[in-house]
This record gives sequence, C-alpha cells and structure tokens, in this order.
Amino acid sequence: MSEYTQMWQDLGLNLKRHDTLLEALGEIYGEIYLKQHNRPKAMEYFDFVISEVHGLRIKELIEHKQKGGKVVGTFCVYVPDEIIMAANGISVGLCGGAQFSIIDAEEILPRNLCPLIKSAVGFKLGRICPYFETANFLVGETTCDGKKKVWEILNNYIPTYVMETPQKKDEADKELWRKEVLAFKEKMERETGVKITAKKLGEKIKVANAKRKALVRLYNLRKNNPVPISGKDALLTSQIAFYDDPIRFTAKVNELCDELEGRIKGGVSVAGANTPRLMISGCPMAIPNWKLHHIVETSGGIVVVEETCTGTRYFTDPIIDETLTDLNGQLKAIANRYLNIHCSCFTPNDERIEDIVQLAKDYNVAGVIYYVLQFCHTYNVEYYKVEKALKNAGIPVLKIETDYSEEDIGQLKTRVEAFLEQIGSKPS
Amino acid sequence: MFAGLDVGSLVTKAVILKDGDILSYYIVDSRSDPVKAAKGALDKALNKVGIDKEGLSFIVGTGYGRVALDFVDKTVTELTCHAKGAHFLRPDIRTVIDIGGQDSKVIKLDSTGNMVDFAMNDKCAAGTGRFLEVMAHALEVPLGRLGDISLKSGKPCLMNSTCTVFAETEVVSLLASGAKKEDIAAGLHKAIATRVGNMAKKIGLEKEVIFVGGVSKNLGVKMALEQFLGIEFAPIACDPQIVGALGAALIAEGLFEGR
Repeated sequence: MSEYTQMWQDLGLNLKRHDTLLEALGEIYGEIYLKQHNRPKAMEYFDFVISEVHGLRIKELIEHKQKGGKVVGTFCVYVPDEIIMAANGISVGLCGGAQFSIIDAEEILPRNLCPLIKSAVGFKLGRICPYFETANFLVGETTCDGKKKVWEILNNYIPTYVMETPQKKDEADKELWRKEVLAFKEKMERETGVKITAKKLGEKIKVANAKRKALVRLYNLRKNNPVPISGKDALLTSQIAFYDDPIRFTAKVNELCDELEGRIKGGVSVAGANTPRLMISGCPMAIPNWKLHHIVETSGGIVVVEETCTGTRYFTDPIIDETLTDLNGQLKAIANRYLNIHCSCFTPNDERIEDIVQLAKDYNVAGVIYYVLQFCHTYNVEYYKVEKALKNAGIPVLKIETDYSEEDIGQLKTRVEAFLEQIGSKPS
Repeated sequence: MFAGLDVGSLVTKAVILKDGDILSYYIVDSRSDPVKAAKGALDKALNKVGIDKEGLSFIVGTGYGRVALDFVDKTVTELTCHAKGAHFLRPDIRTVIDIGGQDSKVIKLDSTGNMVDFAMNDKCAAGTGRFLEVMAHALEVPLGRLGDISLKSGKPCLMNSTCTVFAETEVVSLLASGAKKEDIAAGLHKAIATRVGNMAKKIGLEKEVIFVGGVSKNLGVKMALEQFLGIEFAPIACDPQIVGALGAALIAEGLFEGR
C-alpha cells in the first residue's frame, strides 16, 4: 500500500494495473538511470520527480483544483503554456511513452498507428494514468492525422478541445493560427472564469521564457567536449519540463547547469573526449521512452543533442518579448513564437532541415541518428531530405524506425554499434 | 593464427586465418545455444586441420549472438565484418548485399574496406532467410531445394506481401487455388529481391557488388536480385556464407598486430 493509494482510488484508477505499471517503471528506471556512472548530483531532484511522478505531483494538481484552479492536459509543443498559466491553469504533458498501455488502446484503435497515440489513448481507456484522471480537459492539435481523429474518440471519455495547427506557414496560415491562439485564450477564460489580462499574461510569458532559457542553457553546456551530462539525463530533464511546476523546474535546471559549469571547469565528464558524439533527430520521446538513448549510451556513444519535441523544438525561439503591455500584441507574439517551431507536419519545412545541419555543426556531432516512431509518416518521409542535406554536409546518418516494444533491441543495438564502427573508421 | 566467429540467428560460422589466408572454416546450426554453437564451430574448424585452440592469438566474435560469447577477445558487428571480409576477397567491391537468417543488409565500403554506409531491415523478418524457411515449410519443400524448384517456373506468381505472416497466408491460398509450387517459389524470390533490392537502391548501388549470406546460396533469389538490380554479382573465391566470419578473423589479425 502506497501513501497515495487512497488518492489513486478516488481518481478512479485501475489500481491493479497502475501498481504493475509503477513497479515496472521503478525497475527500468533503476536499470537505465540509477546505474549510470558519475551523474551530476543535481539529477537527484529529477530522480525524485520520477519517483513521485504519480504521487506528489498529482497531489499538487488536486490541491490546485481544490483551490478552484484548472488542470489542462496537452500533447504537443504547439499548445501555448503561457495562456493556460495566465488563466490560473496548470498545463501537464500527458503520458504516451509506454508499451504497457498500448494493449488497452488496441481494443478500439487500429494496430498500425503510431505508438505515442496508442499509448496515450490506452492510458485513458485503461484508467492507468492519474494525469488523465486529474485533468479537467485536454487540448489537442491537428499536427497529424492520427491525433486529429483520435481527439474525436477521446472526447467521449474526457472533454477534448482542438486547436487547428496550420499545414503551411504562409500569411493565411499565420492568420489562422493567430485566430486559434485567440480562441484558445477565450476558451481558457470560459473554462476558468479568469479574465486573462495583459498583466497576467506578461507575468506568465516571463515564467515560460525563464523555463525555456534554462533549457537552452542546459543544452548549450552539452556542446562542451567532453560532455558533462549524459544524453539520458538531459532527455529526462526535457521530458519533466512538460509536467513539473515551471518555476520550481526552472530553478532546478539552473542548479543543474551551475553544477555542470563547475564540472566543465573541473574537467569532470560522463564520457571521454573521444566518445562519438551523436545527435538524435525526429519524433518525440515521452516518458518512459528512453529506449534509443539507452542503446546508444550502452554501445559506446553519447547523445549530446535531441532535435525533437522533447529536445530543441521545445525551446525554439525561447524568448517572447517581455516588454509588450498590450494583450493583442502579446497574443500575436505568442502565436508567432509557437508557429516558428519546425515540425514535419508543415509543408514545406526546409527550416527544419537547415536546423538539423546547423545543430550537427554547433554540437560537433560525429553522426546523427534519425528517429522515427512507426507509422509517423511526416517524420518518416521527411528523412529523404534530411539524409540528403546531412550527407552533403559530410555528416553520417542512421535511420531507425521503431516503437516502444523490446523485441527489436538486439537488432537496434547491432545497427547503432555498426554506425559507431562506421564513424570510428572514418578518417577525421 | 586468428579466428572469426559469426553467430547468426540460424547458423554459426567459424573461420581460421593463418598467414593472411583462410586455413579452415566450419558451419554449424546455431540452435538455441549461441555459445555452444560458436565453440562447436571453432572446434570443428580447428580439428579439420589438426590444430589446437592454444595456437589462436586473437578471436573476434560477430553476428547477433556475439554478445553471449564470453570467451572471445573482442566483438564487432557483422556489418563491419562483412565489409572487411569482402574487401579482403576483392578490393574492387563497393557494395555487399547480405541476406541472413533474420536480417538483410546492404553495406557500402570504400577502397580501403571501411564501411561508409549501410541499411538493414527494420524489426520484421520480411525478406530474410527466416521468411524463406517459413515459406518452404508452407510449400512442403526442403529449404535447400527451394531455389532449384523456382528455376522451373514459367510464370512466377505475384506475391503482394513480404511480411512473413501475410505471405504465408498468401502461399496457402495460392496452393488452394491450384498454383504450381515452382511458380509460388519464384514469386517469393521476386518479392525478396524487390524488397532487398530497393534497400540497396536507396543507399546507392555501386559496383562491384557481391551477394553473401545463407540466402545467397539460393540460385532463385540470386537471379531475381540480379534481374531487379540490372547487374551481375561479382564472383568470390569462398563460401558466401563465411564472409562475416572471415572479416572477423581479419579484424582479429589487425587488432593483434596493431597492439
């Protein structure tokens, strides 16, 4: 019996399955995270967050609701946190990174659908994730066909509001997105009864800016060779950004960065200077999806940057103008910032290709692993252009298409090791 | 002397290298115990030439079972090993197509034998030896005869799937509709050739090309691939199933001498 059992029961969770999930999570976390050598001490906070992922944070969310606040579940980096926070709401990124819940989703969804969607839907259907059960409503977007249709189904289980993300970045699309951002602001006001003022929004823009800035700082420190933090730990930090309290999270990331700066000065690192530095580019990795990072970092490589939604795309253009004092100007700035994220759902999307080549140079990587979740068509097809651009720049790239299951780990390990051998044999 | 051990999902290969040449080799079924298979293949290869294990200076393990080999000096992936083995056999080789038990791979190498790119099938046995094994079973034909039988085909069946599960269903329904075994076998070979051939085209086919691995011994697949790619495979002077193990032995030699 956990001290939270009553809370979970009150939320209506399927306790038996939830216990099994937590037990499995604890086990893999111990194996993948706690066995790493020479971790920064400041990672203890993030370990703690994971150990309380369905406990303390849920308790905080429930207390927030008891005080009249709302909890909003989101799935995507396009949903503006600033607006949720300005309406006294808490935004939480929802669970969708586990094989465990896919079986629940496949009762109603086709098998050949991306694991991220199946996992998320399964968590709701199986009543396994306390975030789903705590959220007042969900905010979806139209960034892929699978999600677009799933919102209609999820809406039968929990109210699901949909923001329409455009598919191009022309003037008409920008206009559409500005209207969607405005409509979302009005939606938040209706749901919470809180009037979003320029003053409130300005405060929250600062909170979100500070959070993104802290992540930029963390990623910049990973440019150092030898690298002071493992890819797994950095990934975890990005993942936790989606649901931790933003102010506390920012402070903890900055503490981590202070320590990493000290490590760099003191010559402390997690991998030797000759360890092949890799970038991972492609689909998002939701907790507890640590599969590829773990394979890379137990095969002799180190991940130094992720060009993913749980990586650089989360903090693209980190700063929204803090000097703006009129609400319309603020909303427009928010819309512009979010639309400038380069997801493969847009066409054309050449900025992303340029980003990848630039990041590969900035982080001085020896190679790129292009990561595709099965059935994610846009990232999968976009590989063609990414591969060409990287090869033109003389940067080796390996494409991996996989899901959350463990059956292909042996094969993936062979491919990653072979890629590292390929990089190692290249005359530099 | 040096040894290379390639523990594949279906068969395990051992090669003994002496003075830069293949002294002996042996192939055994992997079955369920990769360590036992590797030790067995190594012993047999040594026995063939009456040499003791003590004579080996360095052993490199490769293949999917390499991680289980606790007695080898180093492990290297089969992709790098195939590149090394191919380069040793013919320095003019730039592309290796390998179809093994559970993987199909295309490896590109440079003029020094270094791997510069590769492609490998994703998690699925489509277009691999396992695929043919399942189909041979469905056709009630010994795996080793599938190639010869297919050569008699006048009109290969059109197979819609290279998925092992779906293709088996397809084979069963083709048999039920009265299709000839040779036409089905030829259709299966074409399906594999298209799948693996496209993988080769994707990373860019560069001559000379060799076709290795257990499935390369199936003449039907070999001819279908040549036809699909519009090339002829370069001949090599050894059993095409041992190129990975040969590469491992060569790496063993290089590592030992580089010490």
